[in-house]
Amino acid sequence: MTATLSITRQILDPAGKLCGTDPELSPEFLKELFVHMLRVRAVDERMLKLQRAGRIGFVGSMFGLEAAMIGSAAALEPQDWLWSGLREGGAALMRGLPLSEYIAQMYGNGSDTAKGRQMCNHQQHVGTHYPSWSSVIGTQIPHGVGAAYASKLRNENAVHAIYFGDGATSSNGFHSGMNFAGVWNAPAVFMCVDNGWAISVPSGHQTAGTYVSRGDAYGMEAHEVDGNDVLATFEAARLLVERARTENKPALLVIKTYRMAGHSSSDDPTRYRDQAEVDRWAAQDPLDRFETYLSSAGLLEQGGRERIYSELIAEIDDESNRQERAPKMPLRSLVDDVYADVPLHLRRQYNRFLEVSKRLGDAQPGDGAFPL
Amino acid sequence: MVTLTLLQALTDGMKTAMRKDESVLVFGEDVGKRGGVFLTTEGLQEEFSKQRCFDTPLSEDGIVGAAIGMAMNGMRPVAEIQFQDFIFPAFDQIVSEAAKLRYRSGGQYTCPLVIRTPYGGGIRGGLYHSQSGEAYFCHTPGLKVVIPSTPHDAKGLLIAAIEDPDPVLFLEPKALYRSVKGEVPEEHYTVDLSTLREVQSGSDVTVFCYGAMVPIVTKAANRAEENGIKTCVVDLRTLLPLDEEGVLEFAKKTGRVVVVHEAPRFCGFGAEISALIAENAIEYMEAPIARVTGFDTPFPNTLEHHYMPDDRRVLDAIEHVFNY
Repeated sequence: MTATLSITRQILDPAGKLCGTDPELSPEFLKELFVHMLRVRAVDERMLKLQRAGRIGFVGSMFGLEAAMIGSAAALEPQDWLWSGLREGGAALMRGLPLSEYIAQMYGNGSDTAKGRQMCNHQQHVGTHYPSWSSVIGTQIPHGVGAAYASKLRNENAVHAIYFGDGATSSNGFHSGMNFAGVWNAPAVFMCVDNGWAISVPSGHQTAGTYVSRGDAYGMEAHEVDGNDVLATFEAARLLVERARTENKPALLVIKTYRMAGHSSSDDPTRYRDQAEVDRWAAQDPLDRFETYLSSAGLLEQGGRERIYSELIAEIDDESNRQERAPKMPLRSLVDDVYADVPLHLRRQYNRFLEVSKRLGDAQPGDGAFPL
Repeated sequence: MVTLTLLQALTDGMKTAMRKDESVLVFGEDVGKRGGVFLTTEGLQEEFSKQRCFDTPLSEDGIVGAAIGMAMNGMRPVAEIQFQDFIFPAFDQIVSEAAKLRYRSGGQYTCPLVIRTPYGGGIRGGLYHSQSGEAYFCHTPGLKVVIPSTPHDAKGLLIAAIEDPDPVLFLEPKALYRSVKGEVPEEHYTVDLSTLREVQSGSDVTVFCYGAMVPIVTKAANRAEENGIKTCVVDLRTLLPLDEEGVLEFAKKTGRVVVVHEAPRFCGFGAEISALIAENAIEYMEAPIARVTGFDTPFPNTLEHHYMPDDRRVLDAIEHVFNY
């Protein structure tokens, strides 16, 4: 399939100068995008700090991906769904995931909507269509396609943005999901965030072909965009999302960016990549680039970035302090939510466990036995 | 009441569910115009349109993965896997995703999904059209695993599975598709998931079985009766969650237990039944628990009728525990 939409790879060059057609977005919207991007970086910095301090267990860093996630997800409407991998939490915050829930999940405390069941950095939010996701790579891709089919059947006018990384393009889910979406004309946009690395394997080692050529293979339009350029990423996503919405045409958007930190707080990227490469990408920092542009357009005052950033940090620190004090999940939650009702064999298992827990002093009020 | 084969009862069950709830969708390989390779979905596309009953590309991973997304977004998908032997590309989606979604999301997201698939031997299908993989799935909290053995149960359990709020693996004994007939109510009804069924009563020996083994065990039980051994036959129907109380009750009644399945023995479902009884009712046992199962080998082709338990092997086990 030949690409029919005119999509520009880059609108802002690494120096923050317009090099493509000005999308003529409103000053308010541009400033909002900047704040959302700054929040991603602030959350990232603070979560890593909490992890280093031993307060939370794990962080999948979003450092460097601010434009990729914010630019693309800003093209979504409230009724649209965002199917996530490890690093889209910042986009979810922009779309309405409360910061309190984000941080509660990092602590896995009693306020976590997922009841502390998932490891850190696995957020969800029903209200903004940000489904729970698993750590298994690529499995969310066919989910998004099936959900898009359901939306289409009910004429909901909802688009499903399905995010995944470069590594996931090798997974079953990617191929079956792309194929089903093409065959079904599902209103889905596949957001391939090519951040250069799947843990320690470079993007170029996932395939002998190109990611963007996969669109052709599955009969859908595909484009690549500079993912460190928030304007180009937004414009590309907007065009593809609207096409999916109005014509039920799925599309693939390869968002080329760079994971500046390790795979996670447990990873040491110096074991497998050169600092020179990291430095080259640091010079293309998405926030610096957008800041320069906004300043030159007269939309950001001197010291504006620092002011906004410190406000965001203060908000995050306040919330972290609150969540740190939240109660833990009751023991009884061990056996809830396996099924809609707790079946007899689980009630028995729990009650037997509770007898031992009481003897050992682990049980708290609220951990009471189930009726049998 | 109408007299239907087990296969016709399944078709009727799907039609009944689809008429009642327009969010019920049926899809899989060849289920549309062809009506499925066994014709289980015959007539569905005509009655309910190509939007609600349709063919998919040939990818089990994609079928189940997409079904999960549909279920998360308000639909009641009924996905067919053409043979249970082909389900393993979807194992990840079933085990990592469907089964864990409610738990990992703290109940925020659910997966009311049915995966229908024909299982078991007896059709000369060799290694890859004959397997009984229930044990793989029974080891997965969050799934329900259901196996009917009569037309009445097939329809009632299938409708219950479709209306259930959790993911159900619905294993259909393909050997019984056309070989058993029975009375089936024409209207909508359900059979509770997680209740076993006493096929026939008896006070000497209890035999637990399910699916295609039920008629074989019943035949063996009738032969045992001729020899004066009153044999109780219990059809488990839902393996997960298991009616543990029911199993223990029927085990205690006779104190002599045989478990029959065509799947391999090692870590098979019979091991769970045996352990359950050993843990909770060993003092009632008059004889060691006997298992009659498939061999711990891949499923053979020409010797399949020796691989699968038949009434002679079941009778031998009944006599063994009775005479112990």
